[in-house]
Amino acid sequence: MEPNPRSTGRLPAAFLTPGSSSFMDFLSEHQPELLPGRRQLPPVQGVIEAPHGTTIVAATFPGGVVLAGDRRATMGNVIAQRDIEKVFPADEYSAVGIAGTAGLAVEMVKLFQLELEHFEKVEGAQLSLEGKANRLSTMIRSNLGMAMQGLAVVPLFAGYDLDRDKGRIFSYDVTGGRSEEHGYAATGSGSIFARGAMKKLFREDLSEAEATTLVVQALYDAADDDSATGGPDVARRIYPIVTVITEDGFRRLTEDESSEIARSVLQRRLEQPDGPRAALL
Amino acid sequence: MSTPFYVSPQQAMADRAEYARKGIARGRSLVVLQYADGIVFVGENPSRALHKFSEIYDRIGFAAAGKYNEYENLRIGGVRYADLRGYTYDRDDVTARGLANVYAQTLGTIFSSAAEKPYEVELVVAEVGETPEGDQIYRLPHDGSIVDEHGSVAVGGNAEQISGYLDQRHRDGMTLAEALKLAVQALSRDTNGSEREIPAERLEVAVLDRTRPQQRKFRRIVGRQLARLLEADGAATAADADAEADGSEEE
Repeated sequence: MEPNPRSTGRLPAAFLTPGSSSFMDFLSEHQPELLPGRRQLPPVQGVIEAPHGTTIVAATFPGGVVLAGDRRATMGNVIAQRDIEKVFPADEYSAVGIAGTAGLAVEMVKLFQLELEHFEKVEGAQLSLEGKANRLSTMIRSNLGMAMQGLAVVPLFAGYDLDRDKGRIFSYDVTGGRSEEHGYAATGSGSIFARGAMKKLFREDLSEAEATTLVVQALYDAADDDSATGGPDVARRIYPIVTVITEDGFRRLTEDESSEIARSVLQRRLEQPDGPRAALL
Repeated sequence: MSTPFYVSPQQAMADRAEYARKGIARGRSLVVLQYADGIVFVGENPSRALHKFSEIYDRIGFAAAGKYNEYENLRIGGVRYADLRGYTYDRDDVTARGLANVYAQTLGTIFSSAAEKPYEVELVVAEVGETPEGDQIYRLPHDGSIVDEHGSVAVGGNAEQISGYLDQRHRDGMTLAEALKLAVQALSRDTNGSEREIPAERLEVAVLDRTRPQQRKFRRIVGRQLARLLEADGAATAADADAEADGSEEE
């Protein structure tokens, strides 16, 4: 058999075989047990109790896209974690936010980040935004078996398309189905409420600052009506994670910046609990 | 079937070493130098597509002289090794020392196996540390040995002469512009002692820059940034060029 790659022996043949630039393809040939989708779940009765991440929202503006998520993870009726992070940079020009089983989601993001980085290093060029979105699709599809048993992972992928010079959003379903969203999108348990809020507040000509306020408003509305979504926690200083991707690349708003947005939203809600009103006609 | 001639093991090894050395000597030389903020890779490379230097991991860079298909294979093997290791353990657990060891084992096994022809490559694996003292540079000749280098190293055809030249002139704490200029001077000396001009567009330059805010410290220096650095004289302008290089890289 091949020597263990983790020992300092010779590189096994699989390492030196030319061909694929995909880390996942390499893993599936060399160490398939490391791929999240390859694990066999024992048959279980009912739903497996594991922390679930909840709401992720995204919106485009001229010059980029914002992607944001609340900080709550729930396990049944229990709040499993108050300060979980569900929005991650995928590479320099894209980010991924994940709703669903938190443990699997974090592992999937780690593998996805590595997949993009690996391609970039081997090929010397970045994947196209469509290419990245398709890779993510493949990863979700390979998780279908577990999704059927209640361990679903449903991401939202946003990135700046350098070829088309604009921000783009892709949403997914549990089967890996991918669809491009125009304007705004949301995923997770509070997504219905968040989407409703953005439907009324979104405009094509938002500035970057307005777009970040929009997603925080939407998360507030989601937290307002969905018990699994966390609102801004002023006492513990836990605020939504807001990220912006533009031509200059990925940037996560600092805690000061996101707390300022969240606090101003909160301030206005003290007077108007349902948030800004859209015109009737 | 004819009876094979007896060849003594010493002779067989010497022949293989000779074969590998000749192959490496056909390629152009390249140099790797420490400077104040990191490690710089400089080589003459007319091709823009086939790189001699590349990124292996966050802090680890790779340079190779010799036969392209062979070192490209080793490079991809190294990227796979590093990524797999970082995925199974943690990003901090990927080290140049570990990678150099794997390369040495690989090259050594191939070199002494009668079934394979020796690889005609010489590699450099470098890791940039938090401080200049933490920098590591390993040179890996064709036979699987590892040489721990400090300050400067040259590999390829004219390596001995170039590293002699560099050893005399390289000092710690050089700016990027100074180190780059020294590297170009060293590379432009021919075997017969005469000098020739290497135009900027034939140079391949990359750095592992410890001041880079991103996790991945490797970046290529091309086009305008490179021209600026080559023109810059002394430490004052080198700082400007550094800033410029960082800014325009985002484009």
